Amino acid sequence: MRSRMARRPLLTAVLLGLIATAVGIFICLQIDWFPTQASTKAHEIDTLYDVLLIVSVPIFVLVMGVILYSVAMFRAKPGDLSDGAPIHGNTRLEVIWVTIPFLIVSGLSVYGWIVLNSIEAKASPADALVINVKGQQFAWNFTYPGEGKVKTNSLVLPENRPVEFRINTDDVLHDFWVPAFRVKSDAVPGLTTHIRATPNRIGTYPVVCAELCGLGHSTMRSRVQVVAPAKFDAWIAGKKKGGSQ
Amino acid sequence: MTLAAKIRAPGWYRVVVGVPLAYLLAMGIVVAVRALYGWDPLLDMTAVTTVSLVAMPLGFLVAIGCFDYWFRWASGAPTVPDDHSSHGATQWRDYFHVNTDHKVIGIQYIVTTFFFFTIGGLLAMVIRAELAQPGTQFVDPNTYNGLFSVHASLMIFLFIIPVFAGIANYVIPLMIGAPDMAFPRLNALSFWMLPTAGALMLASFFVPGGAFATGWTAYAPLSTETPIGQQFFTIGVQFAGASSIATALNFLVTIITMRAPGMTFWRMPLMVWANFTTSLLVVIATPFIAGSQFFLLLERSLGMHFFDPSSGGDVLMYQHVFWFYSHPAVYIMMLPGFGIVSEVISSHSRKPVFGYRMMAFSLVAIVILGFTVWAHHMFVSGMFGWLRVPMMITTMLIAVPTGIKIFSWLATLWRGVIHLTTPMLFALGFITMFTLGGISGIMLAVIPVDIHVSDTYFIVAHIHYVLFGGSVFTIFAGIYHWFPKMTGRMYDESLGKLHFWLSFVFFNTTFGPMHLVGIDGMPRRVADYADQYATINLFISISSFLFGLSFLVFVYNMITSARNGPKAAANPWRAHSIEWQVSSPPPIFNFDEIPTVVGGPYEYGVPGAVHAVFGDSKKPTTSVATPAGGGGAQPPPQTPQ
Repeated sequence: MRSRMARRPLLTAVLLGLIATAVGIFICLQIDWFPTQASTKAHEIDTLYDVLLIVSVPIFVLVMGVILYSVAMFRAKPGDLSDGAPIHGNTRLEVIWVTIPFLIVSGLSVYGWIVLNSIEAKASPADALVINVKGQQFAWNFTYPGEGKVKTNSLVLPENRPVEFRINTDDVLHDFWVPAFRVKSDAVPGLTTHIRATPNRIGTYPVVCAELCGLGHSTMRSRVQVVAPAKFDAWIAGKKKGGSQ
Repeated sequence: MTLAAKIRAPGWYRVVVGVPLAYLLAMGIVVAVRALYGWDPLLDMTAVTTVSLVAMPLGFLVAIGCFDYWFRWASGAPTVPDDHSSHGATQWRDYFHVNTDHKVIGIQYIVTTFFFFTIGGLLAMVIRAELAQPGTQFVDPNTYNGLFSVHASLMIFLFIIPVFAGIANYVIPLMIGAPDMAFPRLNALSFWMLPTAGALMLASFFVPGGAFATGWTAYAPLSTETPIGQQFFTIGVQFAGASSIATALNFLVTIITMRAPGMTFWRMPLMVWANFTTSLLVVIATPFIAGSQFFLLLERSLGMHFFDPSSGGDVLMYQHVFWFYSHPAVYIMMLPGFGIVSEVISSHSRKPVFGYRMMAFSLVAIVILGFTVWAHHMFVSGMFGWLRVPMMITTMLIAVPTGIKIFSWLATLWRGVIHLTTPMLFALGFITMFTLGGISGIMLAVIPVDIHVSDTYFIVAHIHYVLFGGSVFTIFAGIYHWFPKMTGRMYDESLGKLHFWLSFVFFNTTFGPMHLVGIDGMPRRVADYADQYATINLFISISSFLFGLSFLVFVYNMITSARNGPKAAANPWRAHSIEWQVSSPPPIFNFDEIPTVVGGPYEYGVPGAVHAVFGDSKKPTTSVATPAGGGGAQPPPQTPQ
């Protein structure tokens, strides 16, 4: 077996490369990359990322493989002053490695575009819960204009109801990020930016400011509680009465 | 020389007198203008500082002697036309004066930029010490924000961009067979602007309110409201940028007009192509960052309201102008490295660069595409949505010319005779790490993924894979490759390999895990973070300290080898390009006889092929085996076939 491998090094290398690709893809998919999925569209982004990983592993294995193979097979013996083969190019090969990457990135672009359209479906449904998000150094202020202008610093959202965040600020740039929803948008002075998400998993998740906003940037964190609709209504009612939850 | 004469002559005595004079001049201008307007108080120290930040660097440049020749010429005073007294260096002191020799300037650049690299690295160590645990350990949040801002600014504007200019300064004239750069005095001025810019950025730590703390991006409107330290960045970048533009013009003119006879564009080594295309990028793009920082300067000092929406300003405009430079800047920091790697791979694996013309065309393609992708830094910025998909597609397309380069290097290795020297190890390490950086770059181009990971540690990981695993590895490859040429001595190969393996391993253990915390939800530019990321951050910090220590191996190797290393041959790598056909280090005017180029630069394995011949022998029309004599050159290797 050993001697056969030594006699056919290229075949062995290709086999090792295929095994490395399979192992690499397996490991990449085993890693728990993302935080909890708590919105309806989160899985689409996570799947897109998995596809990118699956496409990337063979490319990396190919590059590593050729380098390791070349170093193993074509390494100069001590004192060897000879030159390699004077190969200046190969048009067919060059056409191939222009075409295949072009097709890969074109495919990924189309796929990315499709996912983008899906997560940013145009108009908000009529029952969408509108929340005005205001960033200020260094806290988040949330207002529920459709629910009697209830104000809070810590978001509470009903499960399975589309939410439209209208993000704004009066001081400097901030960035409203809910990792569990996979949504993020800058808060820009003079503009209102919009993002949408439909929370679908009860729990408490971090809200993070992701754009450097000054001294207290790293402390500008809050949280979002996704609760059952009845509990949400009770919370709103309590807030309207001036009570606290 | 009397003290008075010393102060009149260009040099450090004049600096000691001239820089305080410049400060007084700045103060005078401020007082005069405020008196004219009848403002109170007459002496506004913030205004004085701002004006002096322009006046003192200019005063320094005048005092050190960058303008003496031009002033004499402009005022009609007698000049010394062909006095090359400021050419060449015989002792270490010569490197501390204005010098017009491209080889001296190259060394000045490299040593200065590595000085700032060391400072930037030490700042990174403090950053990692602070991040080793959640909560506040060593520095308060304001200092922390200053640390990462100055770290990034030094690494980008005072290390990666100018160190490439330094390496190219040394080797490009030699490679194209020119006696010097086209504009040697401009070259000297370009160099001396650099330490000025670096001094401004470092000085910002010592002013009230601390160093500039808005990142190297200095996004408005935060950067219009922060303390005076911000002005040190805003003005420092102008000097670094002016230096960069002047050098790029110099390279363009040098490469276009000063090539040796026979050196057609298609016979230029890829290192020359790389610096030609980089210079195009610099000349076109750098004015935009200058513009963005002038906006900030004017808004801060004169209240122009460019970025104040309540007065009709536009916040996003800053980001568009900034990234219109700063995305091409990524290629300004990478294309010269591509050139270095092409030289190293071909000469250390004894094979012609595979697909030479496509390698040159792909550089040009990257230059053009590089200007069409800036808004991929702004996918979550709130800009108009329609621009995102076109910019995603163009960003992805850059993978095609970049892929051509990667695959062509791999094909160059194939069936070569590979010598695993230190420069070769760094070149191979570069290919693998840059591939990883390219892969995470493709992920970032895909808008839905970018929405989640932008402004997280995933970005920090990505940028260090392309700028350290990418650019800095090529810089190390280039420094080791041309070290014998620059110093006339060989570096220690064992220490070089040790340096490579330590950097390679600890680079990955430092920056690899950052992908994980980033996707998992840790934002970047934070002095404190959620407890769930504590373990992995401690691991990253320990790795980063070991990574930092690996740099000491390099410094020790460079210093001891430059002083006591074994004498280097003219052509230790048996390379074909012209810089290796002259002595190590080269003669003061590079060539005693101008070479004639008779063939391609990478004709390894072609029987009897040479790239250039010396002497007044008749120019052969084909590449026949002509021994390259003269100019202290060694004959090219007669390789057994």
